[in-house]
Amino acid sequence: MASFMLNGKPVAADADPQTPLLWVIRDHVGLTGTKYGCGAGLCGACTVHVDGRALRACQTPVASVEGAKVVTIEGLSVDASHPLQRAWIAEQVPQCGYCQSGQIMKAAELLASNPKPSRDQIIAHMDGNICRCGTYPSIVAAVERAAREG
Amino acid sequence: MTPTNMTGTNITIKVPEISRRGLLAGLGGLSFCLAFGADGPRLVAAARADTADAIKVTPWVRIAPDGAITILTPGAEMGQGSMTSLPLILAEEMDADWSRVVLEWAPADADAYGYRLGNERQMAIVGSRAVMLYFNDLRIAGAQVRKILIANAAEKWGLDPALLRTAPSAVVDPASGRRLTYGEIAAFGKVPAALPAVDKSELKPKSQFRLIGQSVPRRDIPQKVNGSAQYAIDVRLPGMVYASALHSPAHGNEPDNWNDAEIKAMPGVIDTVRLADGIAVVAKSFAQAMAARRALKASWRKGKVDGFNSVNALEDYVKFNTDPAARTQMVDSKGDAKAAFAGAAKTYRAEFFSDYSYHAQMEPLNAVARFDEAGNAVEVWDGSQDVASCRALVAQSLGLSPAQVVVHQCFMGGAFGRRSVADYTAEAALVARAVRRPVKLVWTREEDIAHGMFRPQNYQSIEAALDGTGKVVGWRHAVVGDGGMMLLVGGMKIPYYGVPNQSIELRNIAHGVRIKHWRGVAHNFNLLAIEGLIDQMAVDQGMDPIEFRFERMGATPRARKVFEAAAKMADWKAKRPDDRALGIAITERSGSLGAGVVEISLNRDSGKIRVHKVWLAVDGGIIVQPAAAKANVESGIMYGLSNVLHERVTLKDGAVEQSNFGDYNVMRMSDMPEEMNIAFLDSDAPPTGLGEVGTPFVMPAIANAFYRLAGKRLYHMPFTADRVRAVLNA
Repeated sequence: MASFMLNGKPVAADADPQTPLLWVIRDHVGLTGTKYGCGAGLCGACTVHVDGRALRACQTPVASVEGAKVVTIEGLSVDASHPLQRAWIAEQVPQCGYCQSGQIMKAAELLASNPKPSRDQIIAHMDGNICRCGTYPSIVAAVERAAREG
Repeated sequence: MTPTNMTGTNITIKVPEISRRGLLAGLGGLSFCLAFGADGPRLVAAARADTADAIKVTPWVRIAPDGAITILTPGAEMGQGSMTSLPLILAEEMDADWSRVVLEWAPADADAYGYRLGNERQMAIVGSRAVMLYFNDLRIAGAQVRKILIANAAEKWGLDPALLRTAPSAVVDPASGRRLTYGEIAAFGKVPAALPAVDKSELKPKSQFRLIGQSVPRRDIPQKVNGSAQYAIDVRLPGMVYASALHSPAHGNEPDNWNDAEIKAMPGVIDTVRLADGIAVVAKSFAQAMAARRALKASWRKGKVDGFNSVNALEDYVKFNTDPAARTQMVDSKGDAKAAFAGAAKTYRAEFFSDYSYHAQMEPLNAVARFDEAGNAVEVWDGSQDVASCRALVAQSLGLSPAQVVVHQCFMGGAFGRRSVADYTAEAALVARAVRRPVKLVWTREEDIAHGMFRPQNYQSIEAALDGTGKVVGWRHAVVGDGGMMLLVGGMKIPYYGVPNQSIELRNIAHGVRIKHWRGVAHNFNLLAIEGLIDQMAVDQGMDPIEFRFERMGATPRARKVFEAAAKMADWKAKRPDDRALGIAITERSGSLGAGVVEISLNRDSGKIRVHKVWLAVDGGIIVQPAAAKANVESGIMYGLSNVLHERVTLKDGAVEQSNFGDYNVMRMSDMPEEMNIAFLDSDAPPTGLGEVGTPFVMPAIANAFYRLAGKRLYHMPFTADRVRAVLNA
C-alpha cells in the first residue's frame, strides 16, 4: 500500500510496491491522460511530475513515490488554462495526440525552472520525448509562445 | 463517442455512449438523411420514408430547435484532422454556423456512411484519401439540407425559393430583410419524401466558401491537451480485466505448449487463452498481465517463416530478378521498351534496396471487447482506420454475423496504415468470449514490434535509354519483394514524365512475414529508384537536375509547375555553404503531386546525415483546411526523415530482431530540420490526398543531395549512419 498525493488529493494504492506508477495512475485511480508508449523509459509518453521533477511513470515503482506529490496532465491545471496548454491549442500542436500529455508535462518542468528558455535549451530538454507524428517544430513554437505570453 | 462520467469511490469509469449502429441495418444506398429535432419530421431515402419514424434512422445531420447542428463524421481521427474537415465540407454547403456544429462519430455502416469506390461504399480512412473521396458526396449532402431549409422558409413566407438566400445558419429574404434561423425552421419544418436533387452547378463557387480554405481549429485538439481524449487504451468498463499477448516469434505459427500452470499461479492471473498464432494471458491488472506474458515459455509448431533471414533474402532478390523462371507481373507498359533500349545512344542502370519498416504508432495496438450476457453480441472499442472492416473481421473471427458486432470508434494514437486491419481487435473479442468478462487487450511495445506488419523490403532494378538527342526514350523498372501489387508497385508509374517506351514489372516472393501499408507505401522506395536514377543521369549529362527533367524526361506541365515552385522557394541556384548541399525530387501520392528540396550536411566521421532545411511545393487541389493540411504534410516529411535516416527492421531465424525504441530508432527533436517550408499551389481542382505526399520525396532528395557532398550514391534505405559510413569508406 503506497500513499501519495495525486493532483492534490491523497491516494492510497492497493498494488504491489514494485508496480509502475503508470499503471497505478491509469488502472487503479483511472486517470488515463498519462500514456503507455514503450514501458521501458524510452519514449516519454508516461511523463508525470513527482515533487516537481518530470519522471517516466513506467519506470517509477509506486513504492518510490510514497509521500510524494505527483501531478499528471489532469492536474496541471483544472481547466486547461496552464500557459503551455493554451499555447498547445494556439499552435494546434497535437496530431494523434497520444504523446502530448508527456510532452506538455516535460515542457512544464522546463518552464518552471527556466521561464525564458532558448530554442536550443528547449530542444535539449525535450529530446527524450518521442512524437511519431513529428510535431516537434510545433512543440518548440508552443513552448516559445508559452514563455512569451505566460 | 461521448464518455459519461460515473463517479465511484475516487475512480472515474468512462462508459462510452451506446452505439446507434444497429438502427441503420438494411438501409443500403442511403446517402443522406435529415431529421429535425426530436419530434420533427425525418428525411430518409424515399423507399423507406414511410417507415422512417418507426425505425428511428440515424441521420448525417440533426438540427435541433435551439439551433444546435449535429453532423456525423466518418473521419477516423489519427491526427490528420479529417474528423473536423469532413463535416466542415458538409457544413460549408449547408451554410451552417460552424460554432453551433457538434460532431459525432458515424456508425460502422459503410452502406450508409461510406464513400463510393467503384461499385461499393467503404469507410476505410486510408491512403490519405478521406477528404478526396468524401468531398463530392458531403457537398451534395450539405446542399440538399440547405435546399430543404430554404423550401420550408419559402413556404412559410409564401415566396419563391429562388428569391431566398442563406447566411450562416439562417434563411434570409433579401427583399424584406426577414430571416429564419435553421433552429426556428427545425421547429416547424417539413421534409419532402424524396431528397431534392442538387446539380453540381448549384454548389458554391470557391469564391463563396466561408469554411473551406479557412483554417478552423481542429475539434479534437482541446481534448488532447488535458488528457481527456479517449483512445481505446483508455476505455474502462465495469468488471473489465486486462490481457496481453505473446505471438509466435516467427509469424503465423500455432502455439504448441507453454508453462500454463506456472503462469496461472502468478499474482492476479485469471486465465490463458490460445490464439491462432499466440497466447493471451488475462489478469486483474495490466501490470500483472504483462508480467505473466514475460514469464511465458512457449513452444511453437513449425511454419513458413521459421529460419527466415531478411538480409539473406534481400540478397537473393537480385538473383530472382534475372531468374527466367520467376513469375513476372506487368505493372505498366507503353510503346516498345525493348526496341528503345536496342536502339539507344546511351543507357543507364542502377539497383536499389530497401529494408523492412515498422509503423511505430505511439499507442501500442489494443482493443476492448465486451459480450452481452447471452454471448450473442459483442461490442468492441477500437481506434480504427476502418470501422466497417473491423466489424467484419471481428464477426468472421468469432463466427458471428456483422449484425452481432458493434464497433465503437476511438481516437487513434497514430496509425500510419497499420490500423486498417483489426487483427488485435478480433483477438480482444476472442479473449472476452473465453473469459466471459469485458477485456482490454494491450500488446506491449515489444509485442507490437515483434508481431508487427511491416513495409516490405525489396530490391529494384531500374534502367533508362537515351536517344541521340539525349532524350530519355526508354524506361525499365522492376521491383522484387513480398507484397504484390498492393504493397510493392505504388509510385512505379511515372505519368508526370513523358517517356514514350516503358516496361514496369513486379516479381513477387511470398515469405509469410506480416506486411502492411505504411504511410506512402511503395512510393517511398520506388521514388528513391526513379528520382535517384534521374539525378544520376542529369549529373552524367552535365545538366541541372530540374532542367534535365524538363528537357530530357518530358515533364508534364503540372510537374513543371511544382518543380518551378519548389526551385523558387528553395532559391535553388543560390550558392550554399561548402559543407551543405541540396537535393531535389518529385513526390506523388493519392492524386497530389509535388516537388521537394532538402539541404543537408554530413558528418564524414560518423556517417550521420543532417537535414537542415526542407522546401516542398504541392499541388493538392482545393485545400479544405490549410493549417491542418500543412501540419499533415509536415508530419509526412518528418515521418520520411525519421524512416530514411533511422528505421530498420531485420528478421533473423524467423524472428524480428528489434524490440523497442532502443533498437528501433525514430527521429528525436534534436534531429528535426531547422526549417520546413510548405506551399500549396493555388487550384480549383477537387482535393487530393495530403497525408502522404510529404513522405516519399524525402528519400531521393536526401540521396541526391548526398551525392553532391560525397560524390557517391546511396542505394540502400535506410541511410543509417553506419551504412553511410560504409559507403564513404568503400
